[in-house]
Amino acid sequence: MSAAEQEAETRDHDWIMARVEEVKALGESEPKPGRDPINQPMINNWLEAIGETDPRYTAGEAPPAMAQVWTMDGLDPTKRANAPLHRTMKIFDDAGFTSVLGTNCDQTYLRPVRVGEEVTLSARLESVVGPKRTGVGEGYFVTTENTWRVGDEVVATMLFRVLKYKPGVSAGSTTGGKVSTTGGKVSTTGGEVDRTQLVRPQMNRDTQFFWEGTAAGELRIQKCNACGELRHPPGPMCPTCHAADRGYVVASGRGRVFSFLVHHAPQLPGKELPATLALVELEEGVRMVGEVLAGRERIEIGTPVQVVFEKIDDDLTLAQWELVEEGSR
Amino acid sequence: MSATTVEAGTSLPTWELPITPTLVVSTAIATRDFQDVHHDRDLAQGHGSKDIFLNILTTTGLVQRYVGEWARETLGPDFRIHSCALRLGAPAYPYDTLSFSGTVTDATDGVLSVDVLGAVSLGNHVNATLKVTAS
Repeated sequence: MSAAEQEAETRDHDWIMARVEEVKALGESEPKPGRDPINQPMINNWLEAIGETDPRYTAGEAPPAMAQVWTMDGLDPTKRANAPLHRTMKIFDDAGFTSVLGTNCDQTYLRPVRVGEEVTLSARLESVVGPKRTGVGEGYFVTTENTWRVGDEVVATMLFRVLKYKPGVSAGSTTGGKVSTTGGKVSTTGGEVDRTQLVRPQMNRDTQFFWEGTAAGELRIQKCNACGELRHPPGPMCPTCHAADRGYVVASGRGRVFSFLVHHAPQLPGKELPATLALVELEEGVRMVGEVLAGRERIEIGTPVQVVFEKIDDDLTLAQWELVEEGSR
Repeated sequence: MSATTVEAGTSLPTWELPITPTLVVSTAIATRDFQDVHHDRDLAQGHGSKDIFLNILTTTGLVQRYVGEWARETLGPDFRIHSCALRLGAPAYPYDTLSFSGTVTDATDGVLSVDVLGAVSLGNHVNATLKVTAS
């Protein structure tokens, strides 16, 4: 463990929330004007890029969807250093929650604004909620409120929520071969799913070695002791030489996505939807089906994957998959 | 035509928008969002993304273009969008298609609630709820 990692380790929930309270106590930031007053050339650039053709927007009215555009910081990173959102992100970066994902953006428009008006932005940290286990990893939901004014008049507001998270620390474990300790529950913004309710795989004398393997953090492939052929799913007899003498080997746990599907409906007991199910071709040559727990937004055929063991309860540990970077194995 | 003639349950015509690198980059710059994940594929992939992807300000703009084009036809040129709440999901990458569909869920007192879904091949890119009036 590096020094930075050790430091992040000591920055626990209490440390985070104490820093968060400091940012909250700052209240609303001083109104800060945008780079330019509302102007037609910037509106025109926006209309052209978005493909918007409402004639009001070429006659001096700014599109409401541009509310935030007028006060964007641009290329100078020092400009946003004191903003509540940036300060809060820094706290989480220091505590090891390095990834960020926008989850909600709720804007209200109190009145249209027009060319020539000067808009200011004030922002405050509204809330921090967590830690939560989500589909992408453990993290905190950070909500800030932006208020845009012309003079003292509020013209637009925005509640902006991000998930600040540790990538990959989700339903499965982060590294191959370890048994996860999530207690069988995963949650997303939509609420919790009780994973223990899932449909149980059949366990019998043919498959017992496989499930004993997953419980022990091993991915086992059935092997014919007579001819050496590997096969999956397990069965009583070798399909090649018809011998019934069977053993197993322990797989590396690495493979590639051979095919996959994303299941949206119907709801399945114990499953968080949408669920990405992959047919994985193992390095050893056999194929296995499992759920992709991490990185599924970038899944493609051929993507390298690594097994993770998801402990559902004392009776069942599933072999699932997470995407890994090309060459990282 | 006034907003009161639109009833809950009315569907908006669907709209399919091909996502191109040009769209992602030109809208990012037009919204003054210079985060690398919206214009630099190498850095975007370095952060674990498949490619560059649409920024949130652009999703906001596209959702309002979609609802606005319908509202202009249906409610007339003076329609107003009063609020726009987005729930964000799967990223919109180049070479994917962003498919918009929408439904009026409420039309009480001339204030329309319009639910919009913007879907990509990976799932829901955005779910939005907008409050719209005829003037």
